Amino acid sequence: MDDKSTITPRDLIVSASPHIHSGQDVRSIMRHVVYALIPALLIGFWVFGLSAVKVLVLAVVGCLAVEWGCNKLLNRESSLLDFSAIVTGVLLAMNLPSGSPWWLVLVGAIVAIGLGKAIYGGLGYNPFNPALVARVFLLISFPVQMTTWSIPGVDAETGATPLGAVKEAVSLGKTVMDVDLATTKDLLIGTVGGSFGEVSALALLLGGLWLLYKGIIKWQIPIAFIATTLFITGIAWLIDPAHYVSPVFHLFSGGLMIGAWFMATDMVTTPVTQKGMLFFGIGCGVLTAVIRLWGGYPEGVSFAILLMNATTPLIDRYTKPKVFGEA
Amino acid sequence: MKFRGGIHPQYNKITADLSVEALPLMEKYVVPVAQHLGAPGKLLVAKGDEVFKGQPLTEAAGFVSVPVHAPTSGKIKAIKNLPHPIGIPMQAIEITPDEQDTLWDEIKPVGNWRELDPATMKSAIQNAGVVGMGGATFPTHVKLSPPEDKPIDYLILNGAECEPYLTADHRVMLEQPADVLEGVGLMMRILGVKKAVVGIENNKPDACKALQDNCPEDLDIDFVMLETKYPQGSEKHLIYALTGRAVPPGKLPMEVGCVVQNVGTAVACLEAVRDGMPMISRVATVTGSGINRPTNINFRVGTLLSDILAFCDGVNPETGKVIFGGPMMGIGQFDMSVPAIKGTSGILCLQNDEIAQFEGGPCIRCGNCVETCPMGLVPSILGLLSERFEFTEMGDNHIADCIECGSCAYVCPSHRPLVQLFKRGKVEWRVIQEKQNG
Amino acid sequence: MLAPTALLTGMGLVSGLGLAVAAKFFAVEVDPRQEQIADILPGANCGGCGLAGCSDFASAVVAGSISPADCPVADDETAQLIAEIMGVTVEAKDPQVAIVLCQGNIDIAAKKYRYNGLASCASASLLGGGDKGCGQGCLGLADCQRVCGFDAVEMTAEGIAKIIPERCTACGQCITACPKDIIKLIPANSEIHVLCSSHEKGAAAKKNCGTFCLGCKKCEKFYGEIPQIKIDSFLALVDYNNPPTNPEVAEVCPADAIVYLPKDKQTGRYV
Repeated sequence: MDDKSTITPRDLIVSASPHIHSGQDVRSIMRHVVYALIPALLIGFWVFGLSAVKVLVLAVVGCLAVEWGCNKLLNRESSLLDFSAIVTGVLLAMNLPSGSPWWLVLVGAIVAIGLGKAIYGGLGYNPFNPALVARVFLLISFPVQMTTWSIPGVDAETGATPLGAVKEAVSLGKTVMDVDLATTKDLLIGTVGGSFGEVSALALLLGGLWLLYKGIIKWQIPIAFIATTLFITGIAWLIDPAHYVSPVFHLFSGGLMIGAWFMATDMVTTPVTQKGMLFFGIGCGVLTAVIRLWGGYPEGVSFAILLMNATTPLIDRYTKPKVFGEA
Repeated sequence: MKFRGGIHPQYNKITADLSVEALPLMEKYVVPVAQHLGAPGKLLVAKGDEVFKGQPLTEAAGFVSVPVHAPTSGKIKAIKNLPHPIGIPMQAIEITPDEQDTLWDEIKPVGNWRELDPATMKSAIQNAGVVGMGGATFPTHVKLSPPEDKPIDYLILNGAECEPYLTADHRVMLEQPADVLEGVGLMMRILGVKKAVVGIENNKPDACKALQDNCPEDLDIDFVMLETKYPQGSEKHLIYALTGRAVPPGKLPMEVGCVVQNVGTAVACLEAVRDGMPMISRVATVTGSGINRPTNINFRVGTLLSDILAFCDGVNPETGKVIFGGPMMGIGQFDMSVPAIKGTSGILCLQNDEIAQFEGGPCIRCGNCVETCPMGLVPSILGLLSERFEFTEMGDNHIADCIECGSCAYVCPSHRPLVQLFKRGKVEWRVIQEKQNG
Repeated sequence: MLAPTALLTGMGLVSGLGLAVAAKFFAVEVDPRQEQIADILPGANCGGCGLAGCSDFASAVVAGSISPADCPVADDETAQLIAEIMGVTVEAKDPQVAIVLCQGNIDIAAKKYRYNGLASCASASLLGGGDKGCGQGCLGLADCQRVCGFDAVEMTAEGIAKIIPERCTACGQCITACPKDIIKLIPANSEIHVLCSSHEKGAAAKKNCGTFCLGCKKCEKFYGEIPQIKIDSFLALVDYNNPPTNPEVAEVCPADAIVYLPKDKQTGRYV
């Protein structure tokens, strides 16, 4: 009877249960994040031209090279194929001015992968978002290069970001009405100054919604982040519209969209529980609004997310779900 | 009520429409002495003895223990350690059938359950070797004997069959609806409860209708269609879905006035009382893309895996895994001479390309496992703790409440072997607790 | 400028004073002998004595709840020094080493299935005892190596564990970690071993492994009247209280289970 079954027992696999899997893996998650960033990247290329392409290629190749180097140095298995270094590279590029010199991008790549990830033990162990670590490092170390924004459409001309323009005017004693504010349409499409990936609110929103639809990110962080920012900037605007811009302007300008949908949703550095994610998003929103309204920098998204990354273990500890049946 | 968490895997109930086929008599049976949770029985027979179909081969060694019986008449060829579905060789009785299939002459009906007293029926159920047929194989008479201070309000019949692929319970409900409900009535009488609730996942409306159509008038039984979601058939989650009562951590269902029994067990109880027939056969599903002829079978306890696979026209060359039970909680087999036993609800043959591969990548803290854990645990953290041998911490994080349903490992994008990490942690945590308690 | 300077100086003073006071008030009296003992202990905190670490061991010695000779890692000299500090005498102890009693590497040992899961012997053995056909075979997933605090376990390229005797301190951690119970402590100077732990009968053992003890008793007979190797249910066991000395016994074994590993008498290294 045995001849009917063509099975050789020692070829059978034995593992602990379960024996089937949903099929989702780290690589597919990371790939989907890259897909979701494509619309914003295309807008970036269109608005800023070839220099943006150069920054992107440099950042991605740089991150992959540093990842490879760190793996070799630390005797770790190759992690290039998990796509995470590519995601970090793309996000890093999108957080840099399109006219960044090549060395700035490479320093960013080294900081992001080396100091932001590898020294902690690689993917899964880093407490801070690697791309943001690099961005903030560069912003503090090279403020001039990091705030030299190309103005779309005008070659070789530089100027301020919409948020920067407002902050500068208000600090000089002018009112919001004196500033030539970027229109909502410009903000949505992305024809304003800024880091090359953050300018188009619409493209980023599109990508974010797609990730949400794919179930890769959960709604709690982006929605709480954006809603809190809107709420606080809205109150400020209602009280004193002469010195504070409208919440809609805040919503579509600066790094809020890319931050809320792509940086604050980085799984490794954010809480694991949904309640925790809600707190995380609210915290990000509060810090962003506070820095934008009253801080020294015109933009606070990066700082807000990094600060909240530091609170992630704490949030996780206090938002543990209730064990089934526990009173 | 819906419980929190759970998953929606591909159900693949490919055998749902196939009638149960009885297996022919085989050339050899291997009946392990331990097929249930609790103390293994004491041997009543010796090598060389002639036994009859249904004759007890062991006797219960205590209250939480049941006997095993001869699946057919024949001669005992050997009593020794033989392959067992749990993976480790265990004491078993090998029988060479005489092909007469003569019934033991002491098998006779115990009586009508509507008139018998509970104690008589409980001892009949124990003597018939009836255990929970959902897979946990806990002796049924023990579950039917709640302590006096725990009043029972509901008997719950588990017809959820939430494991993908398996259709054995489904077929039993369709083909023997009257027997299932008579069994429910019998158990209600033993427990002295007025009400029973049957929970069935809503992917089996035909089973629900068959039961409703056959419900005896003197029994108060509710039929509830449940959301199709894994692990709907877990005792605690089934009770919660049907009654809204949550069994506290570390407690049994009777804590909230419920007793849960599987549909197959109900039939086995009825046969034990009505016919005096011991549990020497059961229904199981042989399924999966690896088997050449998926079907539902009624096999005698002790039938060898190789015989069952051959009956289903064997497996195809792509088969990479043979599992006793379902794909979520079943046990992988590696020896074709293991016997199918009382707890074998299915035999699943999966092809290489559909088997979960555990790679043990780093946890990327995506939170999918936290979202799906039906017990409200944080599997990601438990997994990391187990990797670092921090077993005391695992205990503090409620590892003992893990039901090993596998939902976390099913959704883990890093393919971490979470259930294996938890099994290890549970073993070590038990050792730590025993040390603490002296 | 003055105010901040004064403020910071003041803060420094207050904190410093606070620390000094705390050190005085919360000081724990320690038996000076405890520190002396802790100083000469190996300091590996391996836990081989059953306590949490070397300082726990030192305090247990001072409290009299453990013998100075109970540190498995310390050599006889150290044990005598500790005994001297405590003013007691301890018997001289013979140095021991651990040994893995299995040589069923991937080339010769059959597997019963393809294992997929954690690289840990303890976890793998939860699945039907692990993937080795032999129930007493080294699973090669390095649990012993991970717990060894002295880097004394080598995982060979052929996938089994091997103890490096000159590094082994006989702390016993690997013995506890091994789910197959095939690591044993033996006198460090013994040179003849039965590297097999299978109690299976010859035919069954042969099916699973290329080198195995089939219990043929040839070695037992080789030694005559008082056998230095004895068979116990199909497995030859070396009597380490009366260790075998004649290496020719290895030639007698038909299945290569007995090996002669000569050691340099001075260094304890295998030659």
